[in-house]
Amino acid sequence: MKATTAARPSTSVAMVRSIFTIALLTLHEATRKRVIWALLVLSVLMLTLSAWGFSQLPGMDTSMGHLTSGQSRLLASELLNLVMFGMSMIVALGTAFLAGPTLGGELESGVSLAMVARPVHRSSVLVGKWLGLVIFGSVYICLAGLAQMVVVRVTVSYWPPSPMLALGLLALETIVLLTLALLLSSLISPLASGITTVGLFGATWVAGVVGGIGAALNNDGVARVGTVSAMLLPTDGLWRGAMHAIQDPNALIQLGGASEGFPFVSTSSLSAAYFTWVVLWIVIALTLCLVSFRRRAI
Amino acid sequence: MVSHNTADEVAAAPAPAQSQVVDSRESLAVWCSGLTKRFGRRDAVRSVSMEVRRGEVVGLLGANGAGKTTLIKMMLGLVRPDAGEVMLLGQPGTDPMSRLRVGYLPELFRYQPWLSAKEVLKLHGQLAYTQQSADDRLELLRMVGLQDRAADRVGGFSKGMQQRLGLAVALVGDPDLIVLDEPTSALDPLGRVEVRDLVLSLRERGVAVLLNSHLIGEVERVCDRVVILDHGRVVASGTLAELLGQRKVTLRLNNVTERAHERLRASGHVEHEQDGYTVTLPDGSSDGEVGTDTFDSADAEVSRLVADLVGLGVHVYGVERSRISLEDRLLGILRAGADSHAARDEAS
Repeated sequence: MKATTAARPSTSVAMVRSIFTIALLTLHEATRKRVIWALLVLSVLMLTLSAWGFSQLPGMDTSMGHLTSGQSRLLASELLNLVMFGMSMIVALGTAFLAGPTLGGELESGVSLAMVARPVHRSSVLVGKWLGLVIFGSVYICLAGLAQMVVVRVTVSYWPPSPMLALGLLALETIVLLTLALLLSSLISPLASGITTVGLFGATWVAGVVGGIGAALNNDGVARVGTVSAMLLPTDGLWRGAMHAIQDPNALIQLGGASEGFPFVSTSSLSAAYFTWVVLWIVIALTLCLVSFRRRAI
Repeated sequence: MVSHNTADEVAAAPAPAQSQVVDSRESLAVWCSGLTKRFGRRDAVRSVSMEVRRGEVVGLLGANGAGKTTLIKMMLGLVRPDAGEVMLLGQPGTDPMSRLRVGYLPELFRYQPWLSAKEVLKLHGQLAYTQQSADDRLELLRMVGLQDRAADRVGGFSKGMQQRLGLAVALVGDPDLIVLDEPTSALDPLGRVEVRDLVLSLRERGVAVLLNSHLIGEVERVCDRVVILDHGRVVASGTLAELLGQRKVTLRLNNVTERAHERLRASGHVEHEQDGYTVTLPDGSSDGEVGTDTFDSADAEVSRLVADLVGLGVHVYGVERSRISLEDRLLGILRAGADSHAARDEAS
């Protein structure tokens, strides 16, 4: 036991160091638990299947005759939204079921005892875990999403109008979900938090579709369902912003008024006010999580 | 002197006056005052004050649910006290940096199952801001007998191996204070002896140890001082010499008359079974340190008793002296506590 203890670091330096230690540990956990490999297999499968599907579009024989290259690209842009939704769902499942056990699971099993008894602030532990999950989820969705866009580009020569914005919004959607999963895991069991997070993700998407139908039918009451749900949990709002950045602008013209009721078409881009709300939502959720974690007996 | 406090006198600090304790709290390994914790309607810990000096080994004893683990967790910032104050190594316990040179083996020892043993040590080294080489980690693992399992995942370890790893984790960062909560609960007899030797070697190096253990023999062998908790309160505390000051003498007697009985009772509490008479000598009859063979007042009392009994015509054919064991002392205190609680419940 010849190890030497470093001089006491200042509080801020100590917090930053412990945040990065915990963030790296969380990334390590993701690779060791093979979550990353499971996601990779699913994504490769999805990319392969979609590559084959997209390659069939040009010249496809339909009841209206062969698809022109323009029609193919239009259809590809809609199908890309559909595939990207599948991709974001895979990441949502992955991060939700990783975020729950990484905090709640460690609290339940007792792994946290020895760690939190170290000279670390609880906020560093929480923010470190959050940061690790953010890096994991964001890098993954950006790489997988970019790969999907390249597949569509190669097969049907379609390239989204704002690919970077789309990937950024998908990453933000992932961050919202994992923050929710962390918050829930500080309150309920890790498994319940994972299930609830995925359930809320699905419910918000359905509420968004219902709201879109309400808007198409000019029914304000039904349309408000989508608006309220997008405020309470901004995943669907972000997803719609991402779709708008992915889809062919001609799609809205072609579909006309019906586009609002169509689940894989977005009629408007994300507003700056909504983006601000999303950032605020993340800060509020993380703060609530921190308050809950700091008060919790370990 | 025995500092066996009543339930209302909760300070487990040794004899020094309060002002001295307050003055020196910065120099202590652990100082806590008035620690209180309530879970729902149950008082887990009630206004506990105690201290551990640097280089001292203090045992924490008590029945299940006495509040020992909760007290330890409050000291280490794992449970927020409802009232009271903690200082670790001279710094307020509310500052996480007070735990910079504190090692902890929890009662529930679990480490990341997806990490290897050496990776767990590396993680704790980073969290303790310690410059630690691969050799340092191997040395720690060697100390707990896990040097051959350094690269193995913790998930594949037995409970005993995980507890050994927990001991190594507690030693990370060259701590000045180590808190061991039931450190041998999953260990085999050999492992228990190794832990005992480890605690003794820590004491030799001037490391303070707070040891919570149900194994009274373990505590008796290694601790300088003992604090006994019952129903969340400190009910007794002191050095082993203070706590175990009472001595017993067992006499094998024949022809015991009523006068002889009176003489026996005059020396202390008498228990009688067939020809065996066990006399518990009062607290004041001992002033020697534990383990010393000095001729103290207890020895003199036994000599006088035997001489008087012989003078009364009693046939004395056996005299065996013994100290009250820590186990007897603990059981006596806890049973007295249980009786008073039962009486209080009945009255209410």
